[in-house]
Order: sequence, then C-alpha cells, then structure tokens
Amino acid sequence: MNFKKIREKGVYLFFFLTGISVVVLLTGIFLMLFFNGLKTFRDVRFIDFFFGTIWNPSAYGEPSYGILSMVVSTFMVTLGAMLIAIPLGIGTAAYIADIASPKIRETLKPIIEILAGIPSVAIGFLGIVLLGPLVARTFGLSSGLNALNGSILLAVMSLPTIISVSEDAIRAVPRDYKEASYALGASRWTTLVRVTLPAAFSGIVASVMLGIGRAIGETMTVLMATGNAIAMPHGFFDSVRTITATIAIELGEVPYGTAHYYALFAIGAVLFLMSFGVNLVAELVTAKYREGKV
Amino acid sequence: MKTYLMDNLNTGANSLRKLGQNFCCNGVFILLCLSLLGCVKKEAGSVSIQTKGSDTEVNLVQRLSEVFMKKNPDVSIAVTGGGSGTGIAALINKQTDIANSSRAMKDEEIRQAKDNGVEPVAIIFATDGLALITNQSLPVESLTLEKVAKIFKGEINNWKEIGGLDLQISLYGRQSNSGTYVFFRAAVVKGDYSQKMKMMNGTAQIVEAVKQDRAGIGYVGIGYVVDDQGKVISGINVLKITKAVDSPPVSPLNPENVKTGLYPISRPLYQYTNGIPRGKIKEFIQFELSPEGQNIISLEGYYPVTLEHMEANRRLGIIK
Repeated sequence: MNFKKIREKGVYLFFFLTGISVVVLLTGIFLMLFFNGLKTFRDVRFIDFFFGTIWNPSAYGEPSYGILSMVVSTFMVTLGAMLIAIPLGIGTAAYIADIASPKIRETLKPIIEILAGIPSVAIGFLGIVLLGPLVARTFGLSSGLNALNGSILLAVMSLPTIISVSEDAIRAVPRDYKEASYALGASRWTTLVRVTLPAAFSGIVASVMLGIGRAIGETMTVLMATGNAIAMPHGFFDSVRTITATIAIELGEVPYGTAHYYALFAIGAVLFLMSFGVNLVAELVTAKYREGKV
Repeated sequence: MKTYLMDNLNTGANSLRKLGQNFCCNGVFILLCLSLLGCVKKEAGSVSIQTKGSDTEVNLVQRLSEVFMKKNPDVSIAVTGGGSGTGIAALINKQTDIANSSRAMKDEEIRQAKDNGVEPVAIIFATDGLALITNQSLPVESLTLEKVAKIFKGEINNWKEIGGLDLQISLYGRQSNSGTYVFFRAAVVKGDYSQKMKMMNGTAQIVEAVKQDRAGIGYVGIGYVVDDQGKVISGINVLKITKAVDSPPVSPLNPENVKTGLYPISRPLYQYTNGIPRGKIKEFIQFELSPEGQNIISLEGYYPVTLEHMEANRRLGIIK
C-alpha cells in the first residue's frame, strides 16, 4: 500500500518535472540572452543601439551598433512572406480538407510534407541561381538578391506549416455545422467561407503564427538570398540584412567579451522578444475569439 | 555554393573519418592483443590532420591534401572552410591543427591564443591575386586603384561616371568574417565599404551573382575565376588594374604580373599552426612548399610563395 503511494508520488514528480522543463529552459535562454545583452550598454548608448540605422561593429573607422535597419529588414521579409503564404496556405488547406477527393488529398499531403523537408541551404541556393535572376528579370532590376526574393523563399518554407496546421483545424470543424448550413440552403462556397473557416479560426491563427515563427527565425535562406547589405531598406527591391543573418555571420568570429560580442546577444534578445510578441498576440487573439464564440 | 558543397562534403568526410578512427582504434586494440599473444606484428594507426578556415584557400588546400594523401596513405587530412576568422577561432580553441587564413592574425587574436595556451606560428604557403570581376556584358576593361576604392566606398555609384552604361553599380563583397573582406578594405578601399554593398556568403556566390548581374562588380580570389586550363570562366570579365593614372593597366591573369608585384592587389596566404609544426603536419607543409606543391598551387590559379616569404618560412626551420 505504502509502496503504491510512493510510486504514485514518483510518477507525479516525474511528470511535473517534464512539464516545467520547458519553462525552465525558456527562462534560462532568455536570462542568458538578456544579461549578456545588457553588457552591451556599458560601451554603446541605449539610443544609438535601438534607433541607430548603421550596424558595422568591425568598421574601418569607428564601429557603430544601430539595429534599426536590421529590425526593419526582419519585419519586411516576414511580412512579405506572410502576404504570400497566408492566402495560399489557407486556400490549399481549405481545398485539401473540404473540397478535394480522398484520392487527391492522399497524394497532396505527402507532397506538402516533402516540401517541409527541403533543407534551407538548398532553398537559399535556388534563391541565388533561379529565383533571384527571375525576380531581377521580371522587375527590370540588375540584381534579384533583395527582400522580395527572401520573402518568396520564406513563404515557400512556411507554407507546409500553415497548410498542415490549418488543414487539421478545418477538418476538426464538426459536420453538424456544415450540414446545418446546407440545410438552410447555403451553397458550398458560402458554407466554406461563412461557416467552416470562421469555426476553424483559432486553429488557422495558430498556423499563421507558427508560419511567422518559422519565417522570423529562418537564417540560412535569407543569409544566402537577400544580399545582406547593411543599408536601411527603402522597399522590397532593396537588399536586406535580417537579425538572424547578422548573428550567423558574426558570431563565429567575434572576439570573446567585447562590445560586439555582447551586442550579438542583445540582438538575439530583441529577436526573442519579437517572436515572443508574435506568440502573445496569437494567444490573445485566439482566447478572445473563443470567448466571443461561447 | 561550391564552398558550401565542399564544406558539407568535408564534414561528411570528417565524420566518416572519425568513424574510421574509432574503427582503427579498435583495430589497434585487437592487433595489440594479437601481438601480445605473440602471433602478429604489424604497424597500425593513421594520423588525421584537421584544417579549417579561409574560403579562398579551401579548394587549394583540398587539392594539395589529396595529392599528399595519395603519397602518404596513413595520413588523412580534413579540409573545411567557413572564413579565415572561423579558422583562427578554431585554432585558438584547439579545434583544428591548421588554420587557413587569407590575412595575418590580429594582435587581439594572438593574445587570446596565448591566453588559451596556443602558440600561433604563421606559414606562408602561396600568394593570391585578388581579381576584380564584372559581368561580361559590361564595356569596362580597366580601372585605376583609386576608382576601385571610390566605387567600393559608394562615392561612384553609376557606371556612366567611368565610361560605362547608365547603370547603377551593384557591389558584391564578402562578409566580415572573411579575410578577403578585411584585406581588400585595408589594401584597396582604405575606408568603410558602402552600406549598399551586398555581403555574400562565400567567394563562389560572388562569382555566381556577378554572372547574373550586368551592373555587378566584386572582388574574388583569382583561383575562383579561372578553370583548369587557366582560362576565365564564361560570363565573367576580369578587370585590368592601373596603379596610378600614368601607368599601364595590368591583368592578374598573367602570373608574372603578380609575382613581380606589377599587379597591385596581391596578398600572402597563411596557414597557422599551434607551435612549430612537427610530424605529419610538418611533412604536409614541407610538401606544400616543395616545387611539386608550388606547381599544384600554380595549376589551381594561385601564385607561388615569393622569395621573401619563402625566406621567412626557412627561418622558422620548417624547410632547409
């Protein structure tokens, strides 16, 4: 009897520990980024860091540590990617979940999963030799290594996530909803747009947020395909340099313990906060929507 | 991309080699047991050398090590790229035997190495000419050094200012962890690069981008733009460079020009080791500096070590 109680306690403790391990990891990572990042401001002024537009720590003359153009670049590429991926992804998901015959569905699903498995280096390479030149020709630019190129590639990379999560959400909508809609004489289109998709809204938002997370954190593809110029971008035809690309380029060679070293942690923390913000918004939106629903 | 593939292949080869090592260790153990039993006596074990660093050097060192390994089957050499800074960082952290670097180590890096118990020794094993490349369709054949500097500083932004078409110049350079980036800035630009310069992830990508971009200009190690026969690859034009206004334009494609210093943008290629190299590492470096090794270097589109640098190597006691 006693043994059973102890075992019960042990099992409880085990699952408790696994349950909070993610929280511990997350806090640990954030604290490490935050405290290392904070040391940047011993050498760099707060205002220069957040509102300066030039990031050039290994400059010929005076080094500068402004992250504004990097933050703008990251936002731009992600926004562009979502403008392409959201309509395409939700459309595909709706088609697979609601319209396609079982045979087509069974063919499409594994193909989308294969798309998710293509390594980002390969997609970046396609961006250099195939899509970049295509973008340049289409818009009459001399070079296609710009934000648009990066956005399209990131859209391709976040599509599988958006499609498979939204598809699950759409399929989870109870049959009754649709049948009730048909019974009222609604067409298939009306039912899909006015009943099924709204009912799956929270799942779709979750899929979009996961897609944004994928795009914001992607490194290799943007590193290869966007040109990495440090100038502030003025449009989608300008070369951009994202936060992830900067960290990837510079962390390998930065001398330990310098302002540059800590500044890389600081921009890591900024990136962390950005994706944290995205997730927070997602939580609030879905929570609010659920509330209104009930 | 070339370097990427190389990296990946090399990493793959590395892990294979590590597997091989484990296997060999087991093999040694078994052999030891057998010889203890008094049956077998056999020499066993192989030496593995890690080299890491400069993307400019990666193909060259790979080629040299292939020939060396053919002659010394008991030695395996792994070559990976990543940029000079990456190689030097690996040497400081004792993660590589040889750091390939296309620039000299900075004082800060030497201090860090010493703090870490690493005594960096510089060996110069080849000379590199930096070529300025443009798209083949661009009607510009030569530039003065001063104009090149102005272009990369962003002070000249249109090709029509220097006798070309009315096209915005697009600049291609390396990223800040590249020795080529640092060298070109110190030796030619002598100021900060234009913020508009696109920073590519390896030399091969600069070549690829300039091939696609009719307004592009970039700086690359000469080995990347000539093929096995010493001809310039298609789609690319290698600019002639004029040192001063009244001197004649000089092409880096003629090795004599680089050797004599007539072509103004050349630099020594380094390999750093921890302490004066010994054993197989020493043999490998001796092979690189031998007439045969230097011949391979020429065939790959680079240039032999200058007499002055060879003398420096001799002083280290690596060669006679």
